[in-house]
Amino acid sequence: MSLTVPAVPHEPGRAPESAAEVVGRLEDTWRARPGLRGWLSSVDHKSIGKRYIITAFVFFLLGGIEAAVMRAQLARPENGLIGPDAYNQIFTMHGTTMMFLFAVPVMDAVGLYLVPLMIGGRNVAFPRLNAYGYWVYLFGGAFLYVMFFLNTGPDTGWFSYVPLAGPEFSPGKRVDVWAQTVTFTEISALVASVELIVTIFKTRAPGMTLNRMPLYVWSMLVQSFMVLFAMPWVASASMFLAMDRLVGTHFFNPAEGGDALLWQHLFWFFGHPEVYIIFVPALGFVSSIVATFTRRPVFGYPAMVLSMVATGFLAFGLWVHHMFVTGIPQLGASFFTAASMMIAIPSGVQIFCWIATIWSGRPRFAVPFLFVLGFVALFLIGGFTGVMIASVPFDTQVHDTFFIVAHFHYVLIGGAVFPLFGAFYYWFPKVTGRMLDERLGRWNFWLFFIGMNVTFFPMHELGLLGMPRRVYTYLPETGWGGLNLLASIGAVTIAVSVVVFLVNVARSLRVGEAAGANPWGADTLEWAATSPPRPYNFAFTPVVESREPMWQHPAELPAVEGLRTDVREVLVTTLLDAEPDSRHRHPEPTIWPLIAAIATAVLFITLIFTPWGAVIGTVLLFLAFVGWAWPRGKDHQEQLMIEAES
Amino acid sequence: MSAVLQAVLQFPGAHSALKPAGPQARIAEGLWNSMYATAIVVFLLVMAALLWAAFRRRRAEEPAPDPARERRMRRVVAAAVGITTIVLFTFLVSDISAGRAVTATPGKDAIQIIVTGHQWWWEVQYRDSVPQRWVTTANEIHVPVGRQVAVELRSTDVIHSFWPPNLTGKRDLIPGNENSLWFQADSAGVYRAECAEYCGHEHAKMALLVVAQSPDSFARWLTQQRDTAHTPADSLTSRGQEVFLSSACAMCHSIAGTPAGSRVGPDLTHLAGRATIAAGTLPNTRGNLAGWIVDPQRIKPGARMPPNQLDPADLRALLAYLETLR
Amino acid sequence: MSSPSRSGCRRRRELLAAVLLAAALSACQREDRRFRTWPPAASAIPAVRQSELQPGPTTRDLTVRNEYGDNAWAVSEGKRLYNQFNCSGCHFQGGGGIGPPLMDSQWIYGSQPENIFATIVEGRPNGMPSFRGKLGNDQVWKLVAYVRSMSGLLAKDVASGRNDDMQVRSQEQSTEKARPVQSAVPPASQRP
Repeated sequence: MSLTVPAVPHEPGRAPESAAEVVGRLEDTWRARPGLRGWLSSVDHKSIGKRYIITAFVFFLLGGIEAAVMRAQLARPENGLIGPDAYNQIFTMHGTTMMFLFAVPVMDAVGLYLVPLMIGGRNVAFPRLNAYGYWVYLFGGAFLYVMFFLNTGPDTGWFSYVPLAGPEFSPGKRVDVWAQTVTFTEISALVASVELIVTIFKTRAPGMTLNRMPLYVWSMLVQSFMVLFAMPWVASASMFLAMDRLVGTHFFNPAEGGDALLWQHLFWFFGHPEVYIIFVPALGFVSSIVATFTRRPVFGYPAMVLSMVATGFLAFGLWVHHMFVTGIPQLGASFFTAASMMIAIPSGVQIFCWIATIWSGRPRFAVPFLFVLGFVALFLIGGFTGVMIASVPFDTQVHDTFFIVAHFHYVLIGGAVFPLFGAFYYWFPKVTGRMLDERLGRWNFWLFFIGMNVTFFPMHELGLLGMPRRVYTYLPETGWGGLNLLASIGAVTIAVSVVVFLVNVARSLRVGEAAGANPWGADTLEWAATSPPRPYNFAFTPVVESREPMWQHPAELPAVEGLRTDVREVLVTTLLDAEPDSRHRHPEPTIWPLIAAIATAVLFITLIFTPWGAVIGTVLLFLAFVGWAWPRGKDHQEQLMIEAES
Repeated sequence: MSAVLQAVLQFPGAHSALKPAGPQARIAEGLWNSMYATAIVVFLLVMAALLWAAFRRRRAEEPAPDPARERRMRRVVAAAVGITTIVLFTFLVSDISAGRAVTATPGKDAIQIIVTGHQWWWEVQYRDSVPQRWVTTANEIHVPVGRQVAVELRSTDVIHSFWPPNLTGKRDLIPGNENSLWFQADSAGVYRAECAEYCGHEHAKMALLVVAQSPDSFARWLTQQRDTAHTPADSLTSRGQEVFLSSACAMCHSIAGTPAGSRVGPDLTHLAGRATIAAGTLPNTRGNLAGWIVDPQRIKPGARMPPNQLDPADLRALLAYLETLR
Repeated sequence: MSSPSRSGCRRRRELLAAVLLAAALSACQREDRRFRTWPPAASAIPAVRQSELQPGPTTRDLTVRNEYGDNAWAVSEGKRLYNQFNCSGCHFQGGGGIGPPLMDSQWIYGSQPENIFATIVEGRPNGMPSFRGKLGNDQVWKLVAYVRSMSGLLAKDVASGRNDDMQVRSQEQSTEKARPVQSAVPPASQRP
């Protein structure tokens, strides 16, 4: 299919405009509103995406500080730096922060920033919902940390197993805070996944058929569907827990017919896909970086896509391998062993395809590419230990020991954070218009890579030597002191590398080398926009004729004409073939998503303290949504016009 | 102090999955060895391929992706995926057969022990057809070498996990669920088990010793454990018993043969015969015991043992009495 | 022109700070888990009057503040001790049976923390045993806090939730606050 002719016919009575006119009018139409109120009511996916990324990164730093405190406490046996109460809160905060407030949100955030640019759109499909999702996430995270500083931080682990997290053994509000924070982040993740799915399916540039979509967009599509199916489980689980604690239900009370294991099934049915929700977008980062820095398309596009889809499906069949020691019958456990091993195959396919790509390409060893090479090494180690712990007899030995801590940090830091840092270096020029420094970047990479291995490799050994997880201290006689000290030294190295990264960012923002639109010579559409992109992304919606539009038309992309420039109008295309389908009036900026998010926060937070919270919060939320949907301003006039025309 | 425990426990070998002393732990260690070796080989191969792909010398003018080469690459990738699948399948078969061996039901003559998890200590009970011959102890399991031991795992509060790495893998103690495992010690020694499921403040200090001894000495130990405590012989120890019974001690602990019969805390009938106190936290010495009685929250913050303000003379008498509980 | 609004702003900021501080303090007390502190000294206990009659002018009773009354963890520890020390043997889960109920509004010997402390430590005629020397003060204060929570005398966010066993009554969190009635000691004939 080729689409070089203008796809959208001019509206009758409107003269075609010159390029300069178009840009001028688009600037006018899509301009962000001024002032604080304008900032608060922004619905632009780029400004919200940036806020999202920065917020998630702040949580990453907070979680990192918590990790550092834990490593300091464990550096020597019988250390008295912090007691069990503080330690338990801190390790819970670390897990909750990294999983719920950093890893998933940051992947969504980068996706919300990049996906519309990569598919040649002007914004995400539901921009107000996007703003709402961000505010809900921010309030949820802020709520958790405010409570933590008030000594009300949850202390039952990020997995909050009942009965320890239940009403009898966790008095006070600590676990309620955890359960509600989870609810906040679930909402924001669900909202983001809905936006991304619709954005990807309905707003791709004309000609970008499904099989021309960049691999990163595929990864976000798979991830969004996974979120859609995984999050409701933890939503219901955390609601059951909150009800057990606050209104005396018996979901997890064995004496009244509840079951403590029900919690584990519900939680891990979400919790295992969660790992892949974090990991699949990272695969997309790696594919983007590999293609750009080897100057060739990723080898085996269909295999890559199918692998990601297969990962998405298989991820839902693994949850019981977190429960091998609860007394699952052997036959049942064998099924999950098989599934856990099977998921290694799609990962293997992708690694082999990347190696083939690198082999047949002409690699440039810039910092993003270094992070990809580091990713392969670390992820391999994490993958091997993953296959090992799929084995029931071996898992019963290392389950809940530092071996597992080592395993999932290799998978999550190696498999997700390394690609994420690669992505920061790769897309930073697009977001800010300035390059990050290569020399500092190399320091960042090598310190991180070495620190990561020094911290987590000894933990495999510690686990085999019998050190359980989540212990605030250990006896000197156990002989674990040396390896723990080594791990703590590694943690310092990682901290230094993160500081180097922050310095690099700060330096680059002031005096960084200016980046053009496409500094890396990359292949995907986001590099056709200016750096940083204008609020409307592209003056002319591009038309796509291949998987690598920028390599096919390095000078100028074919474009669609005829979209209105005097109002915010976007092009809606068909799902499979991305043929122009209809025009869509795009919402104006509004403060109401923020107000609705405040109402949501009031609902969730007051519910912890009184059942009346449900009434107060619902009324407020209802009012907020009425305000949100109230026709006004340009929307209203447009509506009247449409009614008059029809 | 640490030398005592060192001698008792032969650390760090007494708590390691890599020094198996029982059939199940040996199976797990065998799996680990084979998987570790395979992982090293595969890791080196993949990294070599990656580095070669990245750093191989390239001709100045290499052609853009040409179809013939892409086809060759497809074959290589397919072969690599095929090998991966075969390796994984081999693992799967060996895992499942190992799993069958590990979970096989114990024989009829296995010793039955009931282990109950409490926040943060272990209650151990040896049952018998005659209830008077039941033995209750805490934080220490004695087993005969070479005989299967079937352990019934219960919890009265939150989820704990029983894990003697030298002997077998772990199994959770879940309130409302019946769980069990079995193990067998092939050589005499003291092995350590720690709680492996996060269970609250003192999860870190919830250990248990498995003492594997010859069948004869085990039988002697069991017979001796069935005895009730001796009546104090001298005035100091009888004063100590009086202190025990008239203070907060008797509210939680029981000593068979005395009116103290509470089951809230560990049974102290044979306290002096145990190697450690506070669930494997401290060697059972007089000084440690005194510190534990007077200020337990310093040793195990959050533990259920309350501080006891005792008159020094009373404390001395109490310690003397507790030391007679062999 | 700007000064009134700025001072208003400052006042608002002060108000906000005060609210946050109040929230912080209340939360701290509710969630604190101090394992090694000693509760308000038992020396205050002799000041508790066992009789209403006083020589000379009537003086107000010295009230002892039970710090555990607004600490959720201590209340739940009290609940555990209540069952472990077999308080439930006579008072059942608060409904009473052999001993008087604890979840109603009637208090024979007073509903104040120091009264309950004295009841536990000293015992009362006709059945309530004295736990003097058998319980640490710390444990008694935790029991006191829990006993008061049974009739809703503690804040709801401090009271403990249900237990993981058979539910025989509503949880303390949802108990209606009772207005304590100080009933006189019943005549011997009516005592249980």
